Order: sequence, then C-alpha cells, then structure tokens
Amino acid sequence: MKVLVPIKRVIDFNVKVRAKSDETGPDLTNVKMAINPFCEIAVEEAIRLKEAGTAQEVIAISIGTNACKEQLRTALALGADRAILVETEIEVEPLGVAKLLKAVVEREQPELIILGKQAIDDDSNQTGQMLASLLSYPQGTFASKIKIEKGKINVTREVDGGLQTVSLDLPAVVTTDLRLNEPRYASLPNIMKAKKKPFDTLTPEELNVDASPRIEILKVSPPPERPTGIIVNSVDELIEKLKNEAKVIS
Amino acid sequence: MDFNLSEDQQAFQNIAKEFAKKELAPNAAEWDAKSEFPVEVIKKAGDLGFCSLYVAEEDGGMGLGRLDASIIIEQLSTGCTSTTAFLTIHNMALWMISEFGSDDLKKQWCPSLCSGKKLVSYCLTEPGAGSDAASLRTTAKKNGDNYVLNGSKSFISGAGETDCLVLMARTGKEGPGGISCFLLPADIKGIEYGKKEEKMGWRNQPTRTVSLSDVEIPVSYLIGEEGQGFKIAMQGLDGGRINIATCSIGTAQAAIDAAQKYMNEREQFGKKIGEFQALQFKLADMTTELVAARHLVRLAATKIDSKHPEATVYSAMAKRFATDIGFNVCNEALQIFGGYGYLQEFPLERYVRDVRVHQILEGTNEIMRMIIGRRMLMEGATEIIQ
Ligand SMILES: Cc1cc2nc3c(=O)[nH]c(=O)nc-3n(C[C@H](O)[C@H](O)[C@H](O)COP(=O)(O)OP(=O)(O)OC[C@H]3O[C@@H](n4cnc5c(N)ncnc54)[C@H](O)[C@@H]3O)c2cc1C
Repeated sequence: MKVLVPIKRVIDFNVKVRAKSDETGPDLTNVKMAINPFCEIAVEEAIRLKEAGTAQEVIAISIGTNACKEQLRTALALGADRAILVETEIEVEPLGVAKLLKAVVEREQPELIILGKQAIDDDSNQTGQMLASLLSYPQGTFASKIKIEKGKINVTREVDGGLQTVSLDLPAVVTTDLRLNEPRYASLPNIMKAKKKPFDTLTPEELNVDASPRIEILKVSPPPERPTGIIVNSVDELIEKLKNEAKVIS
Repeated sequence: MDFNLSEDQQAFQNIAKEFAKKELAPNAAEWDAKSEFPVEVIKKAGDLGFCSLYVAEEDGGMGLGRLDASIIIEQLSTGCTSTTAFLTIHNMALWMISEFGSDDLKKQWCPSLCSGKKLVSYCLTEPGAGSDAASLRTTAKKNGDNYVLNGSKSFISGAGETDCLVLMARTGKEGPGGISCFLLPADIKGIEYGKKEEKMGWRNQPTRTVSLSDVEIPVSYLIGEEGQGFKIAMQGLDGGRINIATCSIGTAQAAIDAAQKYMNEREQFGKKIGEFQALQFKLADMTTELVAARHLVRLAATKIDSKHPEATVYSAMAKRFATDIGFNVCNEALQIFGGYGYLQEFPLERYVRDVRVHQILEGTNEIMRMIIGRRMLMEGATEIIQ
C-alpha cells in the first residue's frame, strides 16, 4: 500500500506570532518554521503503517515556496521514502491545496492519504475534507486511532461527547487529531540518509491546476491586549464579582 | 568565509534542541536535587546518535565532525548541563577506543557504546597527579599474556555506573612516554569504587575514586601501543575541551534567555527592570562575550576537523575563554534575577554550580594558559597562531 502524507510549513508552535505593522499578515522575518504538528502526527502514523508492514511506501508532499524543502527533509528524516514539492510563490488556500493534491493522487494512486486535521497557522480545517470530496473518496476526520483490515480502514474519531468509529473503503482520506500518536525524533543517521532519498519538484502548471487565491485578506491584526488581573481577598468576593461584574454566573 | 550553518547542521541543531527541551530541561532540576543519573534518558539520546557523535561510521558511530558535534552539544546543554557533560566524556573516551583500539576490541565494545546501551568513563587523574597528569603512578606490568594493574584514580565521572573504563597506566619509564592506555570492563576482579563524592555541581552524575589491586587484563585490552597512552589521552582531550567549552556556551545561552525574559517582566521603581540602562549594558556585554566565545569554540573545532597542526592550542584557547565567559554570563544572569536567582526554584543557581567545574577539569584554565603561553614563546608562533 502506498500512503501520501501532505505536510505544511508553518510558524513553529513555540514562537509567539506577531502581526506585521502594516497589518498585511504575520511577521515571518527571522521566525523559526516547522512542520505543522498535526502533519507531523500524520507522518508518524504513515511510518508506523510501514513499520507494521501494512504500507510499502510513504510519500511526503508539500505545497509552497522552495523553503518547504526543509520540512520535507524532516519528513524524510522521520522515515518517509520520498518527497514531492509542488513549488509555488502563491499563498495557496485550502481549495487550491486540495486541487493540487487531487492531481498528485491521480498520478501516484495512493490507497491512503493522511493529513493533519488543520494547520496551526490559519486553522482552516478544510483541506482533508475538500480533497475527499474532489476525489469522491470516503473520509475519516479527527482520527485518534486507525486500523486497516481487508481493504477497509476503521477510523476512531474524537467527537463531542465521546469516540465514534467509522469504517471506510480504501482508498480513503484520513485527518489526524492530537492523540493519534506521539511523533518520534529524527535520529542523526536518518537526517543524513534523508539527503539521499528521491526528491521531486513539480509546479501547479505541470499539474494543470489553477491554484490562485479566491479570498482577499483585508487585514491581520493582533488580538487586543488582556487587561491586568486583580487579586481578590476571599472566595465570597470572587463569587460576587463573577456574578455582578463579569456576569458569567448567576 | 561563511559563518552560516549548513542544512545538515541546522537539522542536527533542531533535533538536539527539541530533545533538550522535551527530555532534559523538564527534569534537570529534579535530577540535580536527587543526584539522579538519568541512564534511561542517556540511552534515548543514544538512539538518536548522541552517544557517538564523532566516532567513525565503520565502528557504528555517526562519523560527524567536531564542529557538527559542538553544534549538537550546545543545544543539549541548554537542557541539562551535567547530563550533556557526561555524554561528552562518553563520546571522548569512546572515540579513543574507535580511533586507537584493535579490531577485536572495537568489535566487542563499540556497537553497545555507540548506541548508548553501555557507557564508558575516562580515567586519567590520580590523587597525586592532577594537572601534572604525566606523573601518574598507576602501574600495568606485563605478565605473560596479561597486564596486572595496581593504583588508584580519582574524580572519575560516571564511575560505578558505567560499563567500562578507558584508563591510563604506567607500563614503562617516568614521564609521558611511559604511559599506556587500557580498556577495562567496569566489573573486572580487583576493581573497587569509592563513595559518591558530594559536589557543588554536576550533581546528577556520580564522581568516584577507582582503586585497582592486581587487576588482570589480557594484553589485547591495550589501546594503541605501549607508551602511546599519554598521546592518546591528550588527543582525546583536545576534543574533550571543545566539548566542555561548548557545554558552558549552551548553558550560558540558556541563562541569557532566562535573564532577557525576566528583564521584560520584573518591575521595580515602577518600571520594567529592563529599562534600567545598567542592566541593558550587562545584557549587551553578556551577549557580545558569549557570541565571541561561541565562535572561538567553533573555530577550534574546525581546526581539529582540518587536522591543523596547532589544533591543541586553539582548543586550549577555546576551553579557557568559553568556560570563563560561560561562568561569568551565568553568574551575571543570576544577578539580574536578584534574590530569585539564588533560589532553586529558578535554574540560575544550578547553571552557576554546573558550569563552575568546566574551568577546572579536562585541564584547569591555568594549564590552558600554560599550553598557550609556552607555544607562543616559540620562534614564529605569533605568525602562526592568530
Ligand atoms: C567533577 C569533576 C569531574 C572530573 N572528572 C574526571 C574524569 O572523568 N576523569 C579524569 O581523569 N579526571 C576527572 N576530573 C579531574 C580533573 O581533571 C582534575 O581535577 C584537574 O585536572 C585538576 O587536577 P587537581 O584537582 O589535582 O588540581 P591540581 O593539579 O592540584 O591544581 C591545583 C591548582 O594549582 C594550579 N596549577 C597546577 N599546576 C600549575 C602550573 N604549572 N602553573 C600554574 N598553576 C598550576 C591548578 O590550575 C589549580 O588551580 C574531574 C574533576 C572534577 C572536579
């Protein structure tokens, strides 16, 4: 079985994000970038499938500028077999990403596509679902456990109030939730081996996809600063304030 | 000339930083308080390759350069100085086995030492031979197919918890030329370990004396040739000094990170303490000096990588400078924290305690100056060492 794992380059989750002073977007100068954490979980799950003998090949793919090579190389160091960069200067939106991925899926014919449920930069939570629709594949989103058996994949999903398990026919699209697994560290030998693994670069034109944005971003501004708190003297005072000032309890 | 890290070096740095952040930093204070040697975490570090950074690939090591190793060690030491320092001693002693040991010896020991499943201590110092290591008195007398060792070693890092020892003993005449290097299994008959020393810093790793009485070891456990021991010990230490210097750099960086945050938070006299110019100047000097020290260390590492004939002098300069600057920076960062810097609730006092010993071991900073000074007086030295 072939597994395709799309990954996104985002600001590292440890970084305190700042808006540019002209409010056109987040300030990326000198900011540490990383694989989106949910995508890293997707890579880990794919590698585990390979280690278990369920998958034979894991392909990591990223869409964006040449800088995304860094994250693809991390995916290779974690254990992916080869990488594809769809190189573009355009800031591609979820629908554009889904269309590009569809084109790659048609070329590569993977039986399983595992994506992060969302990227921690724009928090869209759309790409996996859109991809499944475009491909007319079944989808299992927010996976906290997956199990593959006889051409089917059982996906345990985290839903409000509990867990739901859905059974999908392969090929299918799965998106990962936080608790699916705990990604490993890349080891030094694997970092060195990653350089020798196959790496292809494509463009949206080659894939015949129009990935131009459809949404106009008007402004990106920081949230209002939180006013400083106060220290109350007693529980009674706290309850009084919650009732009458904050009006959050009655 | 380009001071930027290569793509590989950035990837190494990232993984070491992540490991330090997740596996070392959250536990460092507790390991220190309980004097707990974190063998399990060291094994985890071994899984990633951190136990054999610059050991040859044929022997199961990572085959990295000293500059690469320094970049990794620096990140690890931001998480736990003492654990990282032990890892560097293990790397150094293992490198001696891999570089100078016989094929049989290597086959037997290198795989498990490279993966971190087994650990090694380095035994040079004796109660009567510290700075003047060449005066060591532990003896190894040949007896048929064996050597018989007698004597004692002091201040041995990891001793009692490691699986083998790389040990210098006298097989011949007085002075450096009579010293040979041996590998000893840690549990061999006739070996005894002293009590765990109570120390100011490096508290999470044991330091013990090692006594040898009639320890018999096959001649195949000789590393290199008879009489080569002191050379091997000193060559190992060139790298060891860069490693220890690097541990001071990484710790000092962690101290600066903490101090900078604190300056932007703590308020006195109605403003952030970062607004006081006296403290701004302090932070400016700390950062400037640390950057200078880091680059001297990296320069010395490249001298070893390129087998430069003066690598020893550059390593001595790097060790002296970086461990002095590293201590000062940690101490100044503690000062910026005021009384809180002195409390164990914050890591500053531990940083100060841990880096202090870097000015003493692997050759005191006085001995470093001696190495540099003697070399500089030689004809033409000022042209070569710049
Ligand atoms: C925590 C810890 C861990 C250690 N781990 C190890 C280990 O794993 N393996 C190992 O072999 N050793 C280890 N050591 C030993 C360490 O390398 C020695 O302590 C160090 O080399 C100094 O030797 P000494 O303590 O005998 O001091 P001495 O040599 O007695 O020096 C005393 C003072 O005199 C100064 N001095 C000596 N000679 C001169 C001179 N010619 N000119 C000017 N000043 C001079 C020294 O700089 C020092 O200030 C460790 C030490 C410590 C504290």
